[in-house]
Amino acid sequence: MPKRADIDKILVIGSGSIVIGQGCEFDYSGTQGIKALRQDGYKVVLVNSNPATIMTDPGMADRTYIEPLTPDFLERILEKEKPQAILPTLGGQTALNLTVAAAERGLLKKYGVELLGAKLETIRKAEDRQLFKQAMLAIGLDLPRSMVVTDVSEVKQAGRELGFPVIVRASFTLGGSGGGIAYHLEELRERVHTALEASPIKKVLLEESVLGWKEYELEVMRDCKDNFVVVCPIENMDPMGIHTGDSITVAPAQTLSDRQYQEMRDDAKKIISAIGVETGGCNIQFAVHPKTGRRVVIEINPRVSRSSALASKATGFPIAKIAAKLAVGYSLDEILNDITRATPACFEPSIDYVVVKAPRFAVEKFGEFPLDTAMKSVGETMAIGRTFKEALQKALRGLENGRKGFEAAALPPSGDLDAEETLIEKLAMPSSSRIYVIKTALDRGMSPEDISEITKIDPWFIHQMKEIVDLEKELAGKSLNEDSLREAKRLGLSDATLARLSGKAENWIRAQRRRWGVRPVYKLVDTCAGEFRSQTPYLYSTYEETGDLKVRPTKKKVVIIGSGPNRIGQGIEFDYCCVQASIALRELGYESIMLNCNPETVSTDYDTSDRLYFEPLTLEDALEVIEHEKPAGVIVQFGGQTPLNLVLPLSKAGVNILGTQPRSIDVAEDRRLFEKALRVLGIPAPANGIATDARQALRLARKLGYPVIIRPSYVLGGRAMEIVYDDDSLRDYLKRTLPTVDHPSLLVDRFLSDATEVDVDAISDGTDVFVAGIMEHIEEAGIHSGDSACTIPPHSLPPAIIETISRYTKALALHLKVMGLINIQFAVKDGSVYILEANPRASRTVPFVSKATGIPLAKLATHVMMGRKLRRLLPTRLLRSSPLPLPYTATKEAVLPFIKFPGIDPKLGPEMKSTGEVMGIDQDFARSFAKSQEASGLSLPGSGSVFISVRDEDKPEMLKIARSLRGLGFSIVATHNTYQFLARHGIESTRVAKIGEGKPDVVDLLKQKNLSLVINTPSGKRSRADGYAIRRSALELNIPCITNIHSCQAAVNAIAVLRESPLDVRSLQDYYKQLPYRPMLRF
Amino acid sequence: MKISAALVLEDGSVFKGRSCGAEGEACGELVFNTSMTGYQEVLTDPSYKGQIVTMTYPQIGNYGITADDNESRKAHLSGFVVRELCRKPSNWQCVEPLDFFLRKHGIVAIENVDTRALTLRIREKGALRALISTTDLDAKSLQAKVKKVPSIAGLDLAKEVSCHDKYLWNEGYRDLGRPLHVVVYDFGVKFGILRCLASVGCRVTVLPAQTPASEALALKPDGILLSNGPGDPEPARYAVEAIKALLDKRIPLFGICLGHQLLGLALGGKTFKLKFGHHGANHPVSDLETGRVEITAQNHGFCVDIDSLPKSVRTTHINLNDKTSEGMAHQQLPVFSVQYHPEASAGPHDSRYLFTRFRELMIERKESPSRC
Repeated sequence: MPKRADIDKILVIGSGSIVIGQGCEFDYSGTQGIKALRQDGYKVVLVNSNPATIMTDPGMADRTYIEPLTPDFLERILEKEKPQAILPTLGGQTALNLTVAAAERGLLKKYGVELLGAKLETIRKAEDRQLFKQAMLAIGLDLPRSMVVTDVSEVKQAGRELGFPVIVRASFTLGGSGGGIAYHLEELRERVHTALEASPIKKVLLEESVLGWKEYELEVMRDCKDNFVVVCPIENMDPMGIHTGDSITVAPAQTLSDRQYQEMRDDAKKIISAIGVETGGCNIQFAVHPKTGRRVVIEINPRVSRSSALASKATGFPIAKIAAKLAVGYSLDEILNDITRATPACFEPSIDYVVVKAPRFAVEKFGEFPLDTAMKSVGETMAIGRTFKEALQKALRGLENGRKGFEAAALPPSGDLDAEETLIEKLAMPSSSRIYVIKTALDRGMSPEDISEITKIDPWFIHQMKEIVDLEKELAGKSLNEDSLREAKRLGLSDATLARLSGKAENWIRAQRRRWGVRPVYKLVDTCAGEFRSQTPYLYSTYEETGDLKVRPTKKKVVIIGSGPNRIGQGIEFDYCCVQASIALRELGYESIMLNCNPETVSTDYDTSDRLYFEPLTLEDALEVIEHEKPAGVIVQFGGQTPLNLVLPLSKAGVNILGTQPRSIDVAEDRRLFEKALRVLGIPAPANGIATDARQALRLARKLGYPVIIRPSYVLGGRAMEIVYDDDSLRDYLKRTLPTVDHPSLLVDRFLSDATEVDVDAISDGTDVFVAGIMEHIEEAGIHSGDSACTIPPHSLPPAIIETISRYTKALALHLKVMGLINIQFAVKDGSVYILEANPRASRTVPFVSKATGIPLAKLATHVMMGRKLRRLLPTRLLRSSPLPLPYTATKEAVLPFIKFPGIDPKLGPEMKSTGEVMGIDQDFARSFAKSQEASGLSLPGSGSVFISVRDEDKPEMLKIARSLRGLGFSIVATHNTYQFLARHGIESTRVAKIGEGKPDVVDLLKQKNLSLVINTPSGKRSRADGYAIRRSALELNIPCITNIHSCQAAVNAIAVLRESPLDVRSLQDYYKQLPYRPMLRF
Repeated sequence: MKISAALVLEDGSVFKGRSCGAEGEACGELVFNTSMTGYQEVLTDPSYKGQIVTMTYPQIGNYGITADDNESRKAHLSGFVVRELCRKPSNWQCVEPLDFFLRKHGIVAIENVDTRALTLRIREKGALRALISTTDLDAKSLQAKVKKVPSIAGLDLAKEVSCHDKYLWNEGYRDLGRPLHVVVYDFGVKFGILRCLASVGCRVTVLPAQTPASEALALKPDGILLSNGPGDPEPARYAVEAIKALLDKRIPLFGICLGHQLLGLALGGKTFKLKFGHHGANHPVSDLETGRVEITAQNHGFCVDIDSLPKSVRTTHINLNDKTSEGMAHQQLPVFSVQYHPEASAGPHDSRYLFTRFRELMIERKESPSRC
């Protein structure tokens, strides 16, 4: 059937901020979908609050709304744009939930919009456990026994009927949040309580345990003619009970016979039609009993998902793009397979390699957590190899967690009973490091059968791992020869691992490999196992005889090193930059070659670059690709810290680094060299020094004067960075931190209390410097810049300060000989500007500044790096007028994952904890701030009671806030001290008991939902227990809680402005019309 | 890796690897199969007679051998080529590891071969004559031997794999009310087809390939199924003659794979050899009458030339990848056939409805014999 002619404008809903459970896979799918729809001539309106996405680039959709994803804002967009249809299936759970909320408000009827891809009925059937169960039973499928509860009182009966353990799932939540496993009645009661809180519809599903069963996912598609294909069967190595996002998963399925697999496929076909997914893709999960083969349906997602992004990358079948085409009426046989460009998309990919996905956990931020049905990982890597062993090794070494592949965990040495017990305990408890514990167990000779029995991981996987261990044992103590080296590489062992095993240097292994000709070849991902010729160069390395493609000997090509798995501190922003760079290179007539291993991203879409190498971003893997391709140079500026870490070794190996040279990077990163540069330039910095042991640190801190900010050198995302106020807390810090760092080198800076922090993004070509964005932070210096809200243009800095910042930026960029992007952080205190740090690379804020100003910074920087001059690229007026005059304000707000980590204090500090960001854009700061809060999920109340409890330093500021709140009609609730303090200043408040002072206390008030806002700033010296309880309760009860006095002021201003008139919506394209210069420049 | 087997192709290329099946030497036409699962079905499918099969999926043998997935009583193919054979399988239905099975059935097999490189070579050059040896690893000697391997075109392999005596099949029989009797011409029939017939309420009699039409008709069947089988349809003139006689009797006929090609010849059409055939489980076939697409299992090296068919025959299915013939029906007679495998095994079950269609055709014919 041809595409539909009765609609011409379609609204696509994005997925908002990156959160755990919803990563950048939805930028990938949304971008694909939007491109496909526009190619077919549809006008596309996009709404997404996340500025760090490619999809929100103003050239992507016809109209781009960076607005909060709430029914109110959606309604205003519908009103303004009048689309005939909404495509809700590309924006994850967020988009589906928003669509359901809009439908329930009657918005679809009111504005006459139709849902494409999934009808309301379909979404309900898939999401509502009860309806789903009915639908499955009606088509004769087997499910785990289950029941729905809406109240804690029902748990006793549930426990009796289902037997323990019981699985708890909250309806309509992301990444399984609010769910869990209960092993006994008390735990069940607790879990159900939390889940009820998390579920927007107050329903919780309790299920018969299928813990330890084999877990499978099918990615399927169906069109309007009822054609049905399975894109890919995925087998989860980790069994049922561990969220699929936290599991190591493998494609295709490994341990099912054809008959068993086809029966599962038959079920999937029945399910998609019973649920009513008429056009598009969906993900169906099954559990299979390992001994009996009993197969039960677990769930279905009637939309593209993390797994469908994985399946797309694993097979080369672009699910989101095709889903978008199916949604507008095409059938599968009318769409061409992009890869072969000769056969239709109506087929099932056959792959001739093995794909392994491994989750990336934020262990360095939140520690080790046991894994369960609520997702905890923050990113993932995918790897392709010709065997599971090779792919597993590549996936693990791509994680950048300090390990070089499949390595043993650090456990007490074997020998005694205790060690044995620890090992078994660690095997039994699923955790982020269990894969390494398995290695230890195999090293110590435990049998695969025993390991499988304890872990419930299918023995097939353990036997595969044992083959690796067996080879390692064979290699141990022998010198490598050509044969054994080749054998080891075929099993995926990295040069680094081989170096460790043979006691040689990694370079030696590499040299040896070259001598013997043990080099990888590159094979194609082609959807058809070689049956048809592939037109799309999507490659992976493997140690086989022959590669698929001959490399063209042109010099006009550039390799871009991507940013690897998402993690806290390095997320989608960097992928955005890499994609922009690739587009720029292609515009400049270069072949762009992308190197990355993150399956969620746009950069690993096969049509983003001229060639895509799906490879781990280690020195070994990068060097091999570079030597294979022989490019003119390599771009390392855009992928965050990952490629930056490779700069020195790459350049030592003779690789040409484009843009800012390694020497300059070194100056910026080396404390002493940087100091020297600042002295030459006369740029002040907070007094500081370096300490190499505890004694020195104490002496230095006293010399600088408390408070000081302290961190180990060379860390990412402010890891282990803390502000300490006295000797005691410094000693405590040293005790915790020193044992965890290899080479104790601690950077100690005088901490500027209450200073305003400023972030600057600039581009230099060596002659001119374009200061593109000066962002003023809302939170004071000391809160990690990634966790701070910030605004562009600055909302309170005087022109003289801005002028100074601009001047310092230019001077430093030129001095460092920056070619391309530089990000500098400043602190402003008492009218003086201090530099905190400089990073000569793309920063997290590049996409935000690009969206706010309409100038695509990463693209511009790429042109500069390829030798073009800013003077030729930008109108002189624009180059001189930096910072840019913006007639509106954009505010970026961070989104934090605290709710996923029980026991973590939800407060901000110098160590970054956010997973993503949102942007609010409006005419003035207060309004843009209000939007940013709304978009981050913190809905500012218009009335009600506010609980205030602040540290002493914040009390003067707090008075102003309290007065404003009273003026706005809020009532104030406070504990004894604050109550008296307020009374002394003539502000009326209600007294409430502190925790431990009697009932009801403040937490009770929260639980009774008698508070609409909590203002609680943690005391600087140490987090007090009741402060923690208040913040944590507010978080769990979803009551807005502000932990910083500066954001509090901004919030109160925003509340006041909201009183005047409600927030309006406007597209980026419309905002840009107000600019005094031409935005969205093509260079 | 210790080299213990070699694969040589008629173009002279030699792939060294490790023996993972029976010892010895095996020759045949080298083809690739793109199914990611179903190696057991492939190994026991009589249609692979005379061929060496390389699996494009690199890890083969993961779930071992099961008790229920054999497609015939033995392994028919000449040799087996894989990237890596799994010796520690895992599955609740597994009865033995694949390498045991290969040795038991005397199948010479080689692993550690760059099967993708091999596949691309077959794609570019077409199916090639090849030889696997575990006894002779000398390139020169192997290259000389492979030149003597006969081409598969023109060989009558059906007669070699067919049963010698007629037998009855009841496994999987489901009583659906009206019992029907189907005679199957065994040109190398897969058990999957017999199971499917039984599952739609047919009692099945299987006859050797060279049975004259009169003998088949003497069994008074309600319909006749022309089975799949190996190789080239041309040399099986006896089968074409028998089918012509059956067509005269206007008895319901259902052809599958080789059966489809033989029916094409009997109806006056021609067949030709495909470059490297269709061997896999993901081929899209369009049903020209409904516009719907079935994902099908396929295994054939020869094909019916659509343009050669008389006007009395209409094409009902085509392959969406290369637009070749996948199905036809006679305009007047109760006769239809498909090139692909509706019984799947291995492969998706999208096309099993064809057995029901055959059943309905037989019932219709039984109830109003004059109409057709």
